[in-house]
Amino acid sequence: QERTVTGKVTDLNSGEELPFVNVSIKGTTRGTTTDIDGNYSIGVQSNEEILVYSFIGYTAREVVAGNQSVIDVQLEGDTKQLDEVVVIGYGTQRKADLTGSVGSVTRGDFNVGQVTNPEQLITGKIAGVNITPNSGQPGAGARIRIRGGSSLNASNDPLIVIDGVPLDNSSIAGSANPLNFLNPNDIETFDILKDASATAIYGSRASNGVILITTRKGKRGQDLSVNVSSLMSVSEVTNTVDVLNPDQFRQIASEQASPAQQALMGDANTNWQDAIYRDAISFDNNASISGSINDIPYRVSVGYLDQNGVLRTDHMNRTTAGLSLTPSLLDDQLKINFNIRGALTRSRFADQGAIGAAAVFDPTQPIRDPEGLGGFWEWRNPDGSPQLLSPRNPVGLLEQRDNRSEVRRSIGNLQLDYSLPFVEGLRANLNLGYDISRGEGTDIIPSTAAAGFNQGGSISPYAQNNRNLLADFYLNYVRDFGNAGRLDVTGGYSWQDFLFEYPQFPTVNEEGVELTPAGIETRPQYRLISFFGRANYNLMDKYLLTATIRTDGSSRFSPENRWGVFPSLAAAWRISEEGFLADNNTLTDFKLRLGWGMTGQQDIGSFFPYLPRYTVSDNAARYRFGNTFYNTLRPEGYDRNIKWEETVTWNAGVDYEFLNGKVFGTLDYYYKRTNDLLAVIPVPAGTNLTNQLFTNVGNIENYGVEAAINYNIIRTNQLDWTIGANFTYNRNNILSLSNVAEDAVGILVGEISGGTGNTIQVHTVGFQPNSFYVWQQVYNQDGRPLENVYVDRNGDGVVNEQDLYRRGFPDPQYFFGFNSQLRYNNWDFSFVLRGNTGNMAYNNIRAANGAYQGLRFPGYLNNITSDILQTGFQDYRLRSDYYLEDATFVRMENISLGYNFGNIFNSNINLRANATVQNAFLITNYSGIDPEIPGGIDNNFYPFPRIYSFGVNFGF
Amino acid sequence: CTDLDLEPFNELTSIQVYEDFDNYIQVLAKLYGGLAVSGQSGPDGRGDIGGQDEGASTYLRAYWKLQQLPTDEAIIAWNDEGLPTLNTMTYSADNGFIAAMYYRIFYQITLANEFIRELSDENMASRGISEANQNTARGYRTEARFLRALSYYHALDLYGNVPFVTEADVVGSFFPEQIQRRDLFNYIESELVEIIPQMVPAGQHEYARADQGAARMLLAKLYLNAEVYTGEARYTEALAQLNEVIGAGYSLEPNYNHLFLADNDNSPEIIFPIAFDQVSTMAWGGATFLINAAIGGDMASNINFGVPGGWQGLRIRPEVANLYPGLNGEPDARGWLYTSGHQADIESVSTFQDGYGVVKFRNVLSTTDARPDGPINDHVSVDFPMFRLADAYLMYAEAVLRGGSGGSQAQALTFINELRERAYGDASGNIAANQLNLDFIIDERARELKWEAHRRTDLIRFGRYTGGDYVWQWKGGSFNGASTPASRNLYPLPQADLIANPTLVQNQGY
Repeated sequence: QERTVTGKVTDLNSGEELPFVNVSIKGTTRGTTTDIDGNYSIGVQSNEEILVYSFIGYTAREVVAGNQSVIDVQLEGDTKQLDEVVVIGYGTQRKADLTGSVGSVTRGDFNVGQVTNPEQLITGKIAGVNITPNSGQPGAGARIRIRGGSSLNASNDPLIVIDGVPLDNSSIAGSANPLNFLNPNDIETFDILKDASATAIYGSRASNGVILITTRKGKRGQDLSVNVSSLMSVSEVTNTVDVLNPDQFRQIASEQASPAQQALMGDANTNWQDAIYRDAISFDNNASISGSINDIPYRVSVGYLDQNGVLRTDHMNRTTAGLSLTPSLLDDQLKINFNIRGALTRSRFADQGAIGAAAVFDPTQPIRDPEGLGGFWEWRNPDGSPQLLSPRNPVGLLEQRDNRSEVRRSIGNLQLDYSLPFVEGLRANLNLGYDISRGEGTDIIPSTAAAGFNQGGSISPYAQNNRNLLADFYLNYVRDFGNAGRLDVTGGYSWQDFLFEYPQFPTVNEEGVELTPAGIETRPQYRLISFFGRANYNLMDKYLLTATIRTDGSSRFSPENRWGVFPSLAAAWRISEEGFLADNNTLTDFKLRLGWGMTGQQDIGSFFPYLPRYTVSDNAARYRFGNTFYNTLRPEGYDRNIKWEETVTWNAGVDYEFLNGKVFGTLDYYYKRTNDLLAVIPVPAGTNLTNQLFTNVGNIENYGVEAAINYNIIRTNQLDWTIGANFTYNRNNILSLSNVAEDAVGILVGEISGGTGNTIQVHTVGFQPNSFYVWQQVYNQDGRPLENVYVDRNGDGVVNEQDLYRRGFPDPQYFFGFNSQLRYNNWDFSFVLRGNTGNMAYNNIRAANGAYQGLRFPGYLNNITSDILQTGFQDYRLRSDYYLEDATFVRMENISLGYNFGNIFNSNINLRANATVQNAFLITNYSGIDPEIPGGIDNNFYPFPRIYSFGVNFGF
Repeated sequence: CTDLDLEPFNELTSIQVYEDFDNYIQVLAKLYGGLAVSGQSGPDGRGDIGGQDEGASTYLRAYWKLQQLPTDEAIIAWNDEGLPTLNTMTYSADNGFIAAMYYRIFYQITLANEFIRELSDENMASRGISEANQNTARGYRTEARFLRALSYYHALDLYGNVPFVTEADVVGSFFPEQIQRRDLFNYIESELVEIIPQMVPAGQHEYARADQGAARMLLAKLYLNAEVYTGEARYTEALAQLNEVIGAGYSLEPNYNHLFLADNDNSPEIIFPIAFDQVSTMAWGGATFLINAAIGGDMASNINFGVPGGWQGLRIRPEVANLYPGLNGEPDARGWLYTSGHQADIESVSTFQDGYGVVKFRNVLSTTDARPDGPINDHVSVDFPMFRLADAYLMYAEAVLRGGSGGSQAQALTFINELRERAYGDASGNIAANQLNLDFIIDERARELKWEAHRRTDLIRFGRYTGGDYVWQWKGGSFNGASTPASRNLYPLPQADLIANPTLVQNQGY
């Protein structure tokens, strides 16, 4: 018969009473929770029944009821946080044993909503990792920077490794993003290796950090589990460029334009920006089955995404499929990890020129014109042909251009991990992988379009094939020497080959007449061969030591400079294990990490920079002798001595945890210095077959502080609230750029619109890379800028190129992310907020359109940005620092509300629904559409939409 | 698997190139093509030089801008960084176009050096090139030396004291020594004197290749300007070369306007062209620039330029427009300006219709006044006449007037009146002997040769480029014109090269 058992649940360490602890009878549905004082009372039907006490953050305990009527229980804080395993290069490691700086985000913490690309899952979540979407285009990639960039002209992208297969970062023709093929729903974790002691095992590709992506797998013994999810979203544009409205435009034209120019005005009232954008609807459907058949765990997934861009005609759909098998054979001695996935992405790319055209197109003209070109109103010459310098009808640009592509990509690997029978602790691991993609498309402009009118339309096919093959093998030996510590040693070999093919096609018009001949097909290739090793030594779980070394050979360098050695060394001290802290119940974990390492950079863009080569010209760049046109042979500039860029990184950090995981986080300081910096610099005239050479010239440093903190405010089975914050400070500084002089202007970079060949940024020694390089505007007493009046900074009486100065830079000096996850019963609510500060943006749209000059072009009128009302500029003043603005912002990245309906229809089908708003709001003083622009030059930027989405998820 | 030796696809290593004689002419074509196109893809892509807009930094376009924009012959509306200060002669050593020309010059020189080095007799013999082919290749080598001399001449004229490299300097990392203007003059002279006898006689080579006529014309220019370059007059030597050129069989194109059309490759007057083709030699510089940048407003609607539109950039300043007796090509055909909707004065530099348009280079056939068949785009088939007979006539007259011996005033008058008869269609524009003086020559050179990239050199030779004696609109930065310092007679060495090569000394005044 039933009797009552009562008791109190307390924390083992602190003795604190624990409310909301689940108390249940094992194998039944009976259960209760403790009250605010930790007391409970539950009915027990027999002495054999087992009481289960469980609580988030604590290890569950089971107690046999016996004949007791009062059972007081102490629960021990869960050290799960420390036992978590993270993926590192060529292996895994307990989080507690890490000596390097590694950030991890797992599925439960991913960003939600319309997530098209993998990197969106972790935006704002990890200290030191800044992810800036390249545009609001569907499937557009993002610029990922881990602790800022360590190079100038070589790649600053991190290495991305999916299930052990390192990818090449180059994009594929017809795809907006190289990571686009990976369905975010198939991802289990991101592990981000930040400092050199973590990354150096990847040697020459590790200077900018490594992102390890692990995909989802089935689990052994797991019951069949089916998951179907569907998400619908609507994207809308939140802001457009501030230009004169039709009334203002008419008014200003009547004051500023000549009578002939005024006569060009029409009588329509058109908001061109409204005309090119739309509310875009997207669907994302996914299904997966996972389980275990005959002890072979499997997971099969399919996904179909159909996404429209807010820019009309922009569209992409993507079909993905993935299979993973993870059987263990021979009494678990042989573990097999087999993954294969494929994606087919079809896109129609809108002509993004419409964005700029819509900002400046005359608002007094109509969109459509039955007698226009292809039904669109266009600026035309008296003979009816399109005026070539004027902007084109923005809607015409969208509707009349048809640029479609199809990209197929497959990536897979087979990993065999065999525990050798004769030596305990020794295992061999073989990983074979491939990554193959084919992209092709055609860009069609009809002869009825203004852009195709003169040449009878144009049909431009394009294609690209990439192939990446991988083979690596390593041996791992683990031995525990008891009091003498534990040793974990890995040594291996890796071979990877990358081949790209760029087939070339002529551009023809609608009648098949060749407009431009096919280019010269190239098939660049590079190969990496590496030997690597790592030793981890753990003494009493207190003293941890990691040493790695990698020797990389790259085909990009001459035989003399081909091989590079990249070592690292790191130590950690778990101070909390020492006697004086062991019993401390407040600071429950505290680890000090110190690391040093050297990494390299071989992703230098060029494939044979050391080799004297001759390239042949295509048929449109021939030269005539007599009556024959000769394809020319050109010697290429080369640097026989080009070699690796080397980055030395120092890292000092602590990992801390208070109150058994209630509060935990990390704090790191890093210093990186890149030597033999690869940069494109002017060579002394007359010494090489080019004026600018990609060569090893200088040094760049970056340093910073990053901090992350997580706080489990409340954890009960009804209410669970966690917040997390991360903060990063980063500075980059060019230390030297050439072997000789340091007082130079530097290397001009950052092309802007509003003319040909104009730049706005500079790499100068002693400054942040890409510093803005501008004239200092002079203002009158009312704060209005005086046109063409700049400060004569060198005082020579003339304002010219030598009065330009450096002001600000586009990369954020500080960035932060803040997230909160709140669950109450079946409801959950979360948000991610993030922001940047200490950076500037150049408003190129205003600089190139904010002057009355727009009304003086013969034969057409351009609209003017609204800042003309303040400046009154006659001509465009591109280099004025008036157009440089603070790009500080705070963005609500996403807010999500979800409800778990539990099992529905009396079945075992679980239903979850959620609603999300992405890019919910933006707080900034920046005058343009959005201050978050990769590179800091705001020019016809595809706006990030606000996305409302609603999703349901069925599981059984 | 430790093999890291990969080979490029569709590219040749330099060893492969020079083992096969058939490749040689393609490398030679690159040396010539370097004057016309921007890189290995037409009209753009795979550019030869970096750090500049590819089209804007092509050889002829950059040369043209430096020779024309600071002068009274032309002004450009565009805002491209560096152009406004070229318009006003207020540029600094950081000016991108000054750097573009400089690097184009040295690109040509290093390319030529590489070719000359690889084609040395020893190299060819060691590669087993047949004796007959070696002979042909020696001709190529001579042409490469001519092209190198041409670029060094441009360096001499524009920059004066520049780094100096020859085929003895292999590709690598070193600081080339700076040569003084006088020494560079001597080098160019000695090169030309040495190669002229080895070159194909004037007018005998296949089209667009340099022959003795081109080399003598270059040498004559060197001598005509010798006083500027070295302080020492060499007019007699100039006349000797000009007599050779004039006697070589060239003749004036009967219709002045036909000199600048798409079929000017047939012209008997052109001594050395830079050849363009709207299909096979495409670039955003050269004749494409000259034609498109000169068109704006309704010019293209009323006159067939053979291109679909215009870039609304170049106009003529009123001072040179006023040298013509009329504005519409009457009575002097060379003064064909476009005035409808335009005003003479350049009140606003950025307004295309301030300043008259110039109708000169047009991509149409002289026979049909229509664009040559093929796709319709901005690209053109007009060849740029770098040297032509009329220039030789004017140089002859000037050398005689400046006291050179070997020519006569009577002959000079005949030559000048031949040009004027062509321009006027009859003898009504002819001048009398007493009108033939140096003031007349400088004006006549503007009338005959405007926009052919001579003006800056001419004004300097006549002492009218800098200073305040002769000013034109926007000279020195003000509407009515202002004096500029004499140091502007030379361009500065680009700041970038002063940094890359610390042994260089900047020209005075920068």
